[in-house]
Amino acid sequence: MPSLDDLRKRITSVKSTQKITKAMKMVAAAKLRKAQENAEKGRPYSEKMNNVILNLSKSITDKENAPKLLVGTGEEKVHLCIVLTADRGLCGGFNTNIIKKAKSYFEKIISENKTLKIITVGSKGYDQLKRQYKSYIVENISFKESKNINYFDADKVGKIIIEKFEKNEFDVCAIFYNKFKNVITQIPQEQQIVPLNEDKDDKDDTGNDNDYEFEPDEDEILSNLLPKNISTQIFKAMLENSASEQGSRMTAMDNATRNAGELVDRLTIEYNRSRQAAITKELIEIISGAESL
Amino acid sequence: MSNLFNIDIVNPEQSFLSKDNVFEVVIPAVEGEIGILKDHIPIISFLKPGIIRVFSESEEQSFYIEDGIVEFKDNTLSVLTSSIFDLKDADKNFVSESISSAEAELSKDNIDDQKRFLLNHKVEVLKSISIN
Repeated sequence: MPSLDDLRKRITSVKSTQKITKAMKMVAAAKLRKAQENAEKGRPYSEKMNNVILNLSKSITDKENAPKLLVGTGEEKVHLCIVLTADRGLCGGFNTNIIKKAKSYFEKIISENKTLKIITVGSKGYDQLKRQYKSYIVENISFKESKNINYFDADKVGKIIIEKFEKNEFDVCAIFYNKFKNVITQIPQEQQIVPLNEDKDDKDDTGNDNDYEFEPDEDEILSNLLPKNISTQIFKAMLENSASEQGSRMTAMDNATRNAGELVDRLTIEYNRSRQAAITKELIEIISGAESL
Repeated sequence: MSNLFNIDIVNPEQSFLSKDNVFEVVIPAVEGEIGILKDHIPIISFLKPGIIRVFSESEEQSFYIEDGIVEFKDNTLSVLTSSIFDLKDADKNFVSESISSAEAELSKDNIDDQKRFLLNHKVEVLKSISIN
């Protein structure tokens, strides 16, 4: 049975924790709104980029000589995985969910005797993966310094990927990130970016005109466009990720605040009860002392 | 019959400009400037550093654009670019910095002809901005 003093200390400590989680929730909510806005603003660019590439790839007739970034190297031996996570913790299952998704993919690759290479973006992902997959991690990038997600950072990652592709260091490249659905739900995603997989939901606008005029020719445009598309996809993933991170943190902190409240209630009842017990005990002692006189 | 069409300029962070009342746009395509009017045939091209001019009924706007892709289809011109700014609020420091970084790039030996051409062109355009 904890003493009255212990209980009192416990209550104060839980209360101050509650204050912190509450503040974190508010901050996350404010940041979430901005991140969500950014994600929405960034969407037209990646959509348009996708459309252009789709139109282009449809009009390419000579599949054999098409750029390798589009059709792949023809082999599937070396897989490069880009795992995008947050730089900070305390955001519920956000990081863990991505890692889980990535790990199951890794296991599949390893069991098929293919070579695995990992690039982690964001320090949390590196922390969680280095225990098990240290030997596979080829690069670890973190953008802790930049306050906002910007295209420049995404471009850096994109350039690393292109560079590795040109050196024939991998055949297939996939990125892992959380897609922001709403504040409560974030869906871990696995997206293949090299070779480019056509999105199924983009299929509905097929069958129309193939009569674009190209200047210069298709191949040249494609080979210029595809590297840009990779950066764009990374950027999109980073935007989605940052909105997801804030949403996830907000929910987690909201839960923590509520749990702390419950804990305070329970502790207060216990405190009052033992205070009352102590008073009763003293009274009984006084009364029985008086009776025995 | 109206002779107006739509233009959308987007960069990765946001939609930069969206108008539905332009009658001519001149874009610095990689093989020379192209003027686009309504009912142009569908075209995809990419851009070299230069000035993009947008003529609408009420005004004329000019932007400096560094690279990007254009797509014209169904009377909508989409311009995708990663760096663009309005000539009206061009930052003198930024312009001169860009010139010097491009010139530094030019002085390296290991660049190919095409890149050299693009860089030369970029310096030229940027210099013409800083004079105005």
